[in-house]
Amino acid sequence: MIEAFMTFKFLQYALVAALLIGFTAPFIGSFVVVRRMSLIADALSHVTLAGIALSLLISGMVSSLAGLNPLYLGIVTAVIAALLIDWLRSKYRHFQELAIPIMMATGMGLGAIFISMANGFSMDLVSFLFGTVSAVTLTDVYTILIVAVIVIVFVSLFYKELLFLSFDEEQARVSGIRLQLVHVVFMIVVALVIAISMRIVGILLVSSLITLPVAAALRFAKSFKATIFWSIVFGEVATIAGLILAYQFDLAPGGMIVMLAVLELIIVMSAERFVGGKHHGKTTRKSA
Amino acid sequence: MSEPIIEINHLSYDYPDRRVLSDISLAVRQGEFLAIVGENGSGKSTLIKCILGLLKPEGSIRLFGRELDQFDEWWRISYVSQKAASFNSGFPVTVEEVVEMGLYAKKGLFKRLKKGDRTKVRQALETVGMWDRRSSKVGDLSGGQQQRVFIARALVNDPELMILDEPTVGVDQRYVKEFYEILEELRADKKRTFVLVTHDIHFVSRLVTDVVHLIDGKLGCNCGIKEYWELDEKEIRSLYPVPGRVLVHEGERV
Repeated sequence: MIEAFMTFKFLQYALVAALLIGFTAPFIGSFVVVRRMSLIADALSHVTLAGIALSLLISGMVSSLAGLNPLYLGIVTAVIAALLIDWLRSKYRHFQELAIPIMMATGMGLGAIFISMANGFSMDLVSFLFGTVSAVTLTDVYTILIVAVIVIVFVSLFYKELLFLSFDEEQARVSGIRLQLVHVVFMIVVALVIAISMRIVGILLVSSLITLPVAAALRFAKSFKATIFWSIVFGEVATIAGLILAYQFDLAPGGMIVMLAVLELIIVMSAERFVGGKHHGKTTRKSA
Repeated sequence: MSEPIIEINHLSYDYPDRRVLSDISLAVRQGEFLAIVGENGSGKSTLIKCILGLLKPEGSIRLFGRELDQFDEWWRISYVSQKAASFNSGFPVTVEEVVEMGLYAKKGLFKRLKKGDRTKVRQALETVGMWDRRSSKVGDLSGGQQQRVFIARALVNDPELMILDEPTVGVDQRYVKEFYEILEELRADKKRTFVLVTHDIHFVSRLVTDVVHLIDGKLGCNCGIKEYWELDEKEIRSLYPVPGRVLVHEGERV
């Protein structure tokens, strides 16, 4: 099997893409989870389906665009959806969660229309739904690399603002931090991460790679930096091992990666019993 | 006389269904310790939120001599809110990380914390006696300890003005006394200005220099602490909508 990964270019592309996604998704996911925006990731991934389906439809209809990488239109759709979700949340201040089903329905509705216009599911589309080991191209790898660099630069530059905004929005506003700017850029970056992650994990499972490794880290991490570190460790282990197992057993990588992330969570939760960790959400009040 | 640190003129604020603050004018000067008192719903917290720019009222607010919408030196001010004690206790953040947040306003975008900043964090945590717990997750601390951490965050930037909005709400009664002892230590720096929204003015009467008493969003009383205590029983009772008696404890009206 190692020989296969050394020999075949497509496997090397998939491995590099998995390494980058295993890092970026939990990295930005740490902020997504603590900001209680996990479901937004789900909505964005479903809207991305519409972009991918539209791109595949256009490629089939216009011969000069036959080689168009669906990832590009997927990225554009995800970013537009992220900004629309934010706008909807501002319009429904008391029912902000409504933005999620509205956008999810819009994305799935458009996706269904584009898929039926293209006369049903192609193998290409299925690979976007559940991830792929064999269809990752060099262009995909470059696109994923560029987005990974954007994520790292963004978080490095805005780390303290993002942390403050996540922990205590009111205090952050009083500190004069330009929260709206940070928030909008954050939403765009989340959309980018979701769009690139779907190549390996698939549209339907992408949000789990953003949330599950963080869910496991949250069980024991005391600091935010530790949460990020352990989320990335869990993310990398799940994506790399998931990809290798998916190749070995000829299964959809998305499924393997997500199930490994679930397994990690189960292991961490079980380990709590043995190391005497506290149950999440129940804090031990110590006297002063 | 020095320029007021806070200057409010004819401030009014409406919620969609009612007027919360009506024609408030007041000034707070350097070194003053202003207590804002009043019944629940009298507009105390709304007034604080207006001062901090979290709400947009009618009228004018000037901070350190500048109109609020032009004021950008927020590091000169620190704020401990009512909600400080009711944050998401599951949030994975250590005591040290929380206190560092107090330095972010002065740092500005893109700048990281340096060694000197770590020293400030240490000093602030030592002031409130929490340096030994710096690596603990904030959610694992007791209510009183958490409140001390939030005070350290407010202190770390050495602010000229500290605004505290009922900082002991939700904190166990046994920690309230401890909190006011810390406040007394901070008060040793006479240059620092304080604005405290409180229900229990008797706890802080030794520190307070001035009192603003809000009644249904209007200024019921804006005077020095001595004058406030000298208001006769009838006048104090008239400030409260509910009939009651003025009690005297150790020579002070409570």
